[in-house]
Order: sequence, then C-alpha cells, then structure tokens
Amino acid sequence: MSETILEVSDLVVEYTTSTEPARAVDHVSFSLARGEFLGIVGESGCGKSTMLFAIAQLLSPPAQLVSGSVIFKGRNMVELSGSALRALRWRDYSVVMQSAMNALNPVKTVAAQFEDAMRAHGQKDRAAIRARSREVMALVSIDAVHLRSFPHQLSGGMRQRVMIAMALLLSPDLIVMDEPTSALDVVAQRSLMVQIKELQRKLGFAIIFVTHDMSLVGHFSDRLAVMYAGKIVEMGPTRPLFAAPQHPYTRGLLDSFPSIHGPKVALSGIPGAPPDLTAMPSGCRFRPRCSAVMPRCAEIEPDLYPSGETRSRCLLFDRRAA
Amino acid sequence: MRYILRRLGFFLVTLWAAMTVNFFLPRLMPGNPAMAMMARFHGRLNGDSLHAMEVAFGVNSGESLIAQYFSYLGNSFTGQFGRSLTFFPQTVSHVVFSALPWTLGLVGVTTIIAFILGTLIGMVGGWRRGGLFDSILPPLFIILSAFPYFWIGLLSILIFSISLGWLPTGFGYTNGTVASLSWGFAWDVIRHAVLPAATIVVTSIGGWILTMRNNMIMTLNEDYVRMARAKGVSSARIMFDYAGRNAILPNLSGFGMSLGLVVSGAILVEYVFSYPGVGYMMLQAVLNEDFPLMQALFLFLTLAVLLAILVVDGVTVLLDPRTRGRT
Amino acid sequence: MSAVTSDRPRRSPAGLRALRSLGRAILGNRKAMVGAILLAICVVMAAIPGLIAPGDPNAEVFMPGQGPSAQNWLGTTSYGQDIFAQFVWGARQSLIIAVVAGLFSTLLSALIGVTAGYLGGMADGLLSMLTDVFLVIPAFPLVIVLAAYSKGGGNLMIIAVLVLTGWSYGARQLRAQVLSLRHREFLTAAKLRGERNWRIITHEILPNMVSLLVANFLGASVYAILTAAGLQFVGLGNVNTNSWGTMLYWAQNNEALQSGIPLWAVVPGLGIAGLGGAFALLNYAFDEISNPVLKPVRRRKARLTAQGKAP
Repeated sequence: MSETILEVSDLVVEYTTSTEPARAVDHVSFSLARGEFLGIVGESGCGKSTMLFAIAQLLSPPAQLVSGSVIFKGRNMVELSGSALRALRWRDYSVVMQSAMNALNPVKTVAAQFEDAMRAHGQKDRAAIRARSREVMALVSIDAVHLRSFPHQLSGGMRQRVMIAMALLLSPDLIVMDEPTSALDVVAQRSLMVQIKELQRKLGFAIIFVTHDMSLVGHFSDRLAVMYAGKIVEMGPTRPLFAAPQHPYTRGLLDSFPSIHGPKVALSGIPGAPPDLTAMPSGCRFRPRCSAVMPRCAEIEPDLYPSGETRSRCLLFDRRAA
Repeated sequence: MRYILRRLGFFLVTLWAAMTVNFFLPRLMPGNPAMAMMARFHGRLNGDSLHAMEVAFGVNSGESLIAQYFSYLGNSFTGQFGRSLTFFPQTVSHVVFSALPWTLGLVGVTTIIAFILGTLIGMVGGWRRGGLFDSILPPLFIILSAFPYFWIGLLSILIFSISLGWLPTGFGYTNGTVASLSWGFAWDVIRHAVLPAATIVVTSIGGWILTMRNNMIMTLNEDYVRMARAKGVSSARIMFDYAGRNAILPNLSGFGMSLGLVVSGAILVEYVFSYPGVGYMMLQAVLNEDFPLMQALFLFLTLAVLLAILVVDGVTVLLDPRTRGRT
Repeated sequence: MSAVTSDRPRRSPAGLRALRSLGRAILGNRKAMVGAILLAICVVMAAIPGLIAPGDPNAEVFMPGQGPSAQNWLGTTSYGQDIFAQFVWGARQSLIIAVVAGLFSTLLSALIGVTAGYLGGMADGLLSMLTDVFLVIPAFPLVIVLAAYSKGGGNLMIIAVLVLTGWSYGARQLRAQVLSLRHREFLTAAKLRGERNWRIITHEILPNMVSLLVANFLGASVYAILTAAGLQFVGLGNVNTNSWGTMLYWAQNNEALQSGIPLWAVVPGLGIAGLGGAFALLNYAFDEISNPVLKPVRRRKARLTAQGKAP
C-alpha cells in the first residue's frame, strides 16, 4: 500500500455572483497515493476544473475556497500562503493546463519561462538552468532548439508537450492536469497520453487528470472519480468502474459511448441538463434526470455508499434503509 | 519587414490625404475665403513665396487645377508655404520651426510622462483588487478626464497664478527678456511651463490609468498568469513580466489612436496659457485668417502624429514578438 | 455528453426586455447611477429652462461684475447678465450638440464599419484605408481648419464638423466586431436559409452589436461635448448663441478670472465636465455591466475548517 501524499477533505468552493453564491465544489473528499493516476471526469460545469485549481491554490475571484482542507505531504495547503506556498509550488507539485497557447506567456521564449520557474526556487546557475531545460525537452521528445522559440511559433501538440516538460522541471511528486488533451486531435491526444503514462512510469509522480473524455482517461488511470454538480457521485478503481458502473449517472455516461465491437445498440443519452448551481434540486441532485429515481430521493441527500468495488452517491446503495 | 513597409506606405497616403484636404478645402468652401486673404498680401509678395501661395489657394494662377495640385505637393515637400500674415514678413516655415521646440518641450515631455506614470499606476491598481483603488478612484478619474483641458488650465491660473501668485499667468517666458542659454532663462522657462504641464498631466493621466487598470484585470484572468503563480514566481515579477508586459500592448496601440486627443488638448492648453507653441500659433492663424500658416501647421501636426505612431509601432514590435512576423 | 446547444445568441423581443434589464443594471451600479443623475439634471435644465431661471438669460439688466447674491445666485457677468440664468439656458445647446453629434457619428461609424466588415475584399480594403486615414489625422486641427473656412457657422456647422472627425474610431471597432461575428455559424445558417444580405445585417448582426453601438454613442458624445466646447471657447462657433462653450468664450475675452468674477468661467466648465462626466460614467459602467470581471472586488473572509474525514 503506497503512502498517501494528498488528502482532500470536505472541500467547498463558491463563486460569488450578484445574487446567491454558486457552490461549484460541494464537500468533496478523496485521497491520492504516491505514483497514483487519478482521473476526474464529468460534464462541463460540474466543478472538476474548479476543484483542481482549488487544490493547487490557484483560485482567483470570483471563485473562493470557502472551507475544507488539502493536506499535501503532511501540510495543509489551505493554511499556507506567501513564501511558504511559493516554495512548495512547482517543486512539489506542478500544473498542466488545458490550452498551452493561453497558458504560455506570449511575449517570452520557452527557455525564459523555464528559467522563471527555476529561478523562483533559488536556482541561479545559468549553466545548470540550461542543462535542466534541455533535459526536460528531451524527456518529451522535442528538439532543444525550440527553447528559443516563442509560443506562437510552435504547433499545438508541441506546445502541450512543452507544458508537460515545464511541469517536470523540478521533479514534482504530483502533477495536476486540466484537460490537457482537449485542444488536440484524436491521434495527438493518444500519443500525448502514452507519453504522459510513460513519464509517470519512469519518474514516479502522481497525477490528477481532469477531463470530460471518460473513455480516454479510462485507458490510463488507476482510479476514477465521477463528478456531478459539484459532488463526487462515484469513485473507485478504473477497471471495475468501467466494467460495471453502479451510479445511474455513470451508467448513463458509459452508455453514451458506442462500443467498437459487439452488436449495434441504440444510443441512449441522459435527458435534461445539469442543474443551476444557485438553484439545486432538493435531496439528490441527479434526481431530475435519473432513470431509477425513487420518492425518497427528493428528501434525502445521499452520501457515498460502498457499491461493489466502487463507492456511489446513490440511495440505491444505502444499506441502512432496508 | 513587410509590416514596416506597409506602415510607411500608409503614412505616405495619410500625409498625401492631409495635403489634399489642404488643397481642396479653400477651393470648395463658399465665399472663396482665399481670395479675401490674398488681397491682404497685395503688392507685398513676390517670387517663390507668391507662387507658393497662389498654387496653394488657386488665386491669380493661370495654371490648370492639376498643375496647381502638383506644384502644391512639390512645394509642401520642400517646405515652401509662403509667408505668414500674422508674422509678416517671416516665412511660414520659419514660424513653424520657432514654435516647434516649445511644443515638443511642453506637450511631448508631459504626454510621455503622463503615459508612463498613468500606465504604472494603472498596473499597480489593477494588480491590487479591492479597496480604494477599485471602487472610488476609477470614477474619480473618469470625471476628471471629462473636464475640458482648457478649463483645468483656467482653474489652475485662477488658483496658482491669480490667487496665490506663485506662478506666472502665461507665455513661455517673461515678456521682454532675451532668450539665452543661461540658468536664469532656463529657470524662467521652467516656471512658465509648470502650470501648462501640470494641466496636461492631470487631465490626461486619468485615461491611461483607467485603461491600463482594465487591461491589467483582463490580463490577470489569463491562464499564463495563473501558470506563473503556479510556478511560484514572485508577485512583483508576475505583475511586471507576465501581466504588465501583456497588458500594456493594447494601451500602446491606444496611445497611437489617442494622439489626436492629445494634440487637441495641447492646442487649447497652449491657447489658455498663451504658450508660444505650435498649437497657439495655429489658433492665432485661424483667428487672423492667416491661412498659409494654418495649413502648414495642420500638415505639420499630422506629420507629428504620424511620426509618434511610427515610434509607438516600433516599441510594440520590440515588446510583442508576435508582431515580428513568421520566422 | 451534455445536450447540444445552438450557437445562436439570444435576441431581446422588441427591446423591452433589454430596457428592463438595462434599468436594473443601472440601479445596481453606483457609477451608472451617478452618471444617470447628472444626465437627468442636464436634461431637465435643457427641457424647461424657463421654469428654473425665468426670463431672458441675455438681458443685461443687473449690476455688472458682481459676486453671488440673493438675486443672482452665481453673480453677474461683465455685461450685467445673470450667470445662473446663462448657465441653465446654456444646457440646451450643449446637450443637443452632444447628443446629435454623438448619434450621427455612431450612425456613420456603423454604416462604414459594418459595411466594411461584412463585405470584405476590395470594399473592405478601401473603407478601412479611409477609416484609418481619418483616424490618424488629428481631429482638432482638422476641426479648426474646417471651422476656419466656414466662418460664422452655427451649431449645424459644429455638429457636421464633429461627425466628420469623430466617426473613424467607432468604425474601426465596429468593423472588428463584425469580422469576428461574420464567421459564426448562425450567419452561415441564415445565408443557407436564403436571407438576403441586408436582412442578415439588420436582423442577425446588428442585434449582437447593440452593446458596442451604445458604448460608441456614449464615447462619441463625450468627444462631441469636449470638442464643441473647445471650438466655441476659441470663438469658432457662433458666439452669439447661448451655450456653455460660448459662455467660456465671453468669460475669457472679458478676463473674468482677473476681474474678480471667476464664477463666469468656472461654472460653465463645471457644466461641461458634468455632462461629459455623465456620459463617461455611463460608458464605464456599461463596460462593467457587460464585462463583470471589471467590477470592484469585495473580499469575503474564507472560513477554514479543521480537517474532516471523508464520508
């Protein structure tokens, strides 16, 4: 059993609006072991990216971390600030964002942006900086001559890999990735994922991978968490979750993907739309769209109950109500 | 490289357009104002100056319109604008060039100061959200920027000149003193420049602060700023290097656009303070129906704006690698 | 996975919904409130000056050069006119010039900008070149030149000159907006439905540009107010009309500041600043309303709890 490097407890993130605050992350808790690949999937607007940025302490107004704790390698990140937080950043955990075109400073070269990260952590020797820059570029199979390029001069796939190279600069224990493949075509997506998995195997860092593409992450992750309307609705090891999804939402998601082999099946989606974060349905939030809804679902908000090899937030698995 | 060529081409077109406006306007306006004006020169002009004025205004000339037009263009490029009515018998070029240093000194310097200062303040203001800077100062600056330049000038004369007697009420230097390269004269000039300079800075800085603040706020939402935070880069560095350097770019292009406003404000400030710069001359020319001087100044101001835009373009290319073209 | 949403932006029915939400937005934004109040005051002064300051404002019946008194709230001019009456009656001209010039300027900007953006190609190239040339040529000198040749022109001349020099900035913005809209799918869909070009422009493109058009109008009005004031101040307008700019002209010509009746010069300047400020505030608030990121930030104290266990 690997040691736990990240423990998220009861995390709540709200967006202040001109009316009610919108709760984007509603009491989310999970833990992450060293070297583990955790995938977080969900529809657009379910709060997964917000949660990721909350964990990385990168929220900005109008988003606010309201309560909860994020214990990373024994320290509660929520309580850290200023130089203590900055020391942790990039060295112990780093971030890969969705669009490299937006995440890279357009007026600085790749080398300069690498240098920024290293200098911020006390590395002043120019030769060492250059050496490490070349090292990480080699890790992602990009020619070191591109260190002198500006972001707009690189192709989309190269930019994403540059971001990953940058994330590896200080050999962090955790890399959080926010939909890093969404901006790429299918072939580039797969090759990037293979490369990420390969690097993880070689260097041993843990990954939290946020995406809406369940089938993509399902091939590479160790564990999966499915989010809906700010809460985790099902979580567990990837294979069993894929093979036998328990929560009606997860079932609906997986049923939306056609299978390449097997008989032709009529596609079923999930009717309706995700709820307004400022006006949630009472009881279970998935209730209006659920095919297995019961009268109880409107009254009681379910917890995460064990459901076979996974855990699901659904009253179907509540053993106490026999 | 192609970009620069295209810009130069554009500038030539604009300059040509300004000359053409100068050429056709007096001919199109009802009442043929040029005729009346030329009559006042009657008998006092000859040679090149006379010819320059004739082609500029189409009076007494036996040539065809096209010939006049090209003569006019040629004269303009060689700086022959005839003689000034107001400052007769000085040539127009002479008047323009003697007024130039005053304007460059006053307007040029203060505009740059206002831009740099305003941008810095706006950058810091956009960086620190919340508090005074966010809620009270922006509306204050908005209202301040709606005050007519010249009125602020009048107010400052009222307060600092008439009531308090600290500073002179106008002109570039004390009447009667001879221009010299001495400290005494320099101090005199500075004393006379304080109020006009302050007026310009106070009224124009508000706009820069506000636009930079807004740009900064928009830039701070960009992913690369978040990325810089994630990398643990220090706040100061993020503010300057990541946010500031990107936020200033739209401001720079805005600077070019707003030069027209700067020029207008400067003209009026010079007028209020009787400051012997290009703007003051222009208004004197208008009020005296000294069309040759007026036309030349108009061309000249256009040229000045174009040059300033060229400089701003150069700075933009320096700061933004995306404009440097494909490698 | 989520339902397919159409690309078509929402349109307000007959503008009524837009008006209501506009009202709500103004009430919720302090800057907009202040701006609206200032504007309202000016409008009232312009509409019913006779009720606020009855009598002929140009009547030279008082003791000249007096300071404020019970009879003349703001004192009198060198000619013995009541400054307060002059101020109130002057609002009308200044407001009219501002609004009319702003309106026509915006119309011209829209015409040229939208046409350039929509048609593209040669037409766009030529119109853009025209726009850029007018943009770069410094406006006030051009205004002065135009005014100088057409001497003795009244407000009509001023408005014409303002429109001629003020349209280019808006045209550029509007063209950029049209260009970004042009390739959106809902336009292609409209074309496929067989809508004719002019219908596409008026029914599909323009409603999406309303916010930019309003912002343009407000900005053009500020430009108009300040530039008109400047023109009148140096005497290039009709100095016998009653407006704040001409008040300043007469005040300057009679050395109001030096003669101890500074209010003659100060008050109309305040009026211009107030009116210009009103438009500018509304513009800024409008910016904030359509882009909430720019709103002032109110910090909430985050409540941090001790660590809990996962359920």
